[in-house]
Amino acid sequence: MNAAPLLSIENVSVDLPTPRGNLRAVDGVDLVLAPGQTLGIVGESGCGKTMLSRAILQLLPKKANLTGRVMFDGRDMVTLPREALRKLRGPSLAVVFQDPMTSLNPVLTIGLQIGETLQEHLGMDGSSAAKRSVELLAAVGIPAPEQRLKQYPHQLSGGMRQRVAIAIALSCEPKLLIADEPTTALDVTVQAQILDLLAREQRSRHMAMILITHDLGVVAGRTDEVAVMYAGRVVERAPTSDLFKRMRMPYSEALLAAIPKIDAPPHSKLPAISGRPPDPTRPIPGCSFSPRCRYVKDRCKAEKPALTTPDSANHQYACWHPLSLRERMSA
Amino acid sequence: MAALDLSIDTASVSPVRKRRFGNLFLIAAAWIVIVFVAAALANILPLPEPDHMDIGGRRLPPTAAHLLGTDNLARDMLSRLIFGARASLIVGLLAPVIGLGIGGALGMLAGYFRGRLETLIVGSVDVLLAFPPLVLALAVVAYLGQSITNLTIVIGFLSIPAFTRVARAATLSLAQREFVTAARALGATHLRILVRELLPNVFLPLLAFFLLAVAVTIVVEGALSFLGLGVPPPTPSWGSMIGEGRESLEFTPWLAFIPAVTMFLTVLAFNIVGDTLRAITDPRQGAL
Repeated sequence: MNAAPLLSIENVSVDLPTPRGNLRAVDGVDLVLAPGQTLGIVGESGCGKTMLSRAILQLLPKKANLTGRVMFDGRDMVTLPREALRKLRGPSLAVVFQDPMTSLNPVLTIGLQIGETLQEHLGMDGSSAAKRSVELLAAVGIPAPEQRLKQYPHQLSGGMRQRVAIAIALSCEPKLLIADEPTTALDVTVQAQILDLLAREQRSRHMAMILITHDLGVVAGRTDEVAVMYAGRVVERAPTSDLFKRMRMPYSEALLAAIPKIDAPPHSKLPAISGRPPDPTRPIPGCSFSPRCRYVKDRCKAEKPALTTPDSANHQYACWHPLSLRERMSA
Repeated sequence: MAALDLSIDTASVSPVRKRRFGNLFLIAAAWIVIVFVAAALANILPLPEPDHMDIGGRRLPPTAAHLLGTDNLARDMLSRLIFGARASLIVGLLAPVIGLGIGGALGMLAGYFRGRLETLIVGSVDVLLAFPPLVLALAVVAYLGQSITNLTIVIGFLSIPAFTRVARAATLSLAQREFVTAARALGATHLRILVRELLPNVFLPLLAFFLLAVAVTIVVEGALSFLGLGVPPPTPSWGSMIGEGRESLEFTPWLAFIPAVTMFLTVLAFNIVGDTLRAITDPRQGAL
């Protein structure tokens, strides 16, 4: 983490004006990512994960208001002119979206969609772009890639389409790949394959990756660092192994507990986090998790805890009453 | 570019689509082809000149020399019908092309960029829509003079609002789709997104609407010619033929009926073809 960071996000907030008032989707997030590292961002629906990724890409909705700094590769994405930003997307920054059903254009062939990026950004001619497209499709594990070039997205399965989307994202060898819930829309059996594919490509290309998911199990073996988000804020951040060894934030623990266990007896109730995330248009004074937290104390409802590093330099969390090992055992 | 994409598209999916084309569609398409071929080859076909008067043979019933008889001025009806198809088709096809080009572009810009541009475009289109179309057409033709060019421009101008709305509605829903965000995330320019990503998607509904617009335009041209403000005489047009036939409706009703039936069949054929294409493009978008 001492090397010059590829991406550093400083105090980034995203506000969305809505008819019900200002919605703070991302609230003062700081994150750092070194080249070749993998960061997992975990949190439930609506906690600001996607908005954060869009803030990095500068693809926020027009009405959204971004404050803070997003430094990518030594450049401030927020103040970068539009044309320079456009040139950065694709060759340096790429995304894999959640739903491969909608992230590919339904009326264009696969070959056209991959080849276009190659021709535009790398200046390849038609035939070398087609050759490279075949290589890319083969690299992401698509059988008979030559034939796929002429096919349309609706002729491929969901898993195949996601592989195509990954191939497009990888086509210009980006320095940073943002995978926004890349497996949520897919079959469980395909999920692991896609995640392994992403991890393999990330390592072999030495590219940095941000893996956004709501499943702590997904980030467990595949990331160097994990940031847990809740209600627009990072509530816990640590190297992956540290986080799973010594989880401090009750929310992280609750997320982990919500993963169904394969050895649980049949028909046992699935543990769920009760309640809902707070309404982002009505911020509450204390810790935003306090209404749902099982360890809540008076102070949690009155004061918002800051993200601090009380026990070790790289394990941050925002909680007044962090879990200790003993409490977790008894819980 | 879009036309190219489209042709590849239909070619590769045609086995699936062929099944959905009914006999009605084939008959309608065949009729359109016949009308087109006849209009295109009018000069070569063994026909009397459409303005040649066969003195003494007014309002003749069908004979070997005049297959559909002659009109009030002893001119060959079949010849006039076929030459009249030219006027109807030229105006009927070119006017919607103006609407398709300008209206489609405006609609896509409005649907993609939103904001003030959209307000401006939708506002001006609404103003145009609120204007009584026939009155505007009459005023312009009366002021600028009767000619096929003026007629085409006026009707084309009047068809802009409908195309704008169709294109805007289609673009609005498509611009929300993730593949547009994905294209932006890959560094695509606005122009590229509009032309490469959105146009091929918007084109099919626009094309289907275009065929319906052709049918409407043929009727409008007929109405204007019937009122004597369409194609200038002696150039035949279906509308003016109906108008001329009206004078002797009680003795020789076929003078008005023949062009009316021809126009009816042609408009029906364009409607059937347009409708079939629309039906095919609709579920296809839903399925993806």
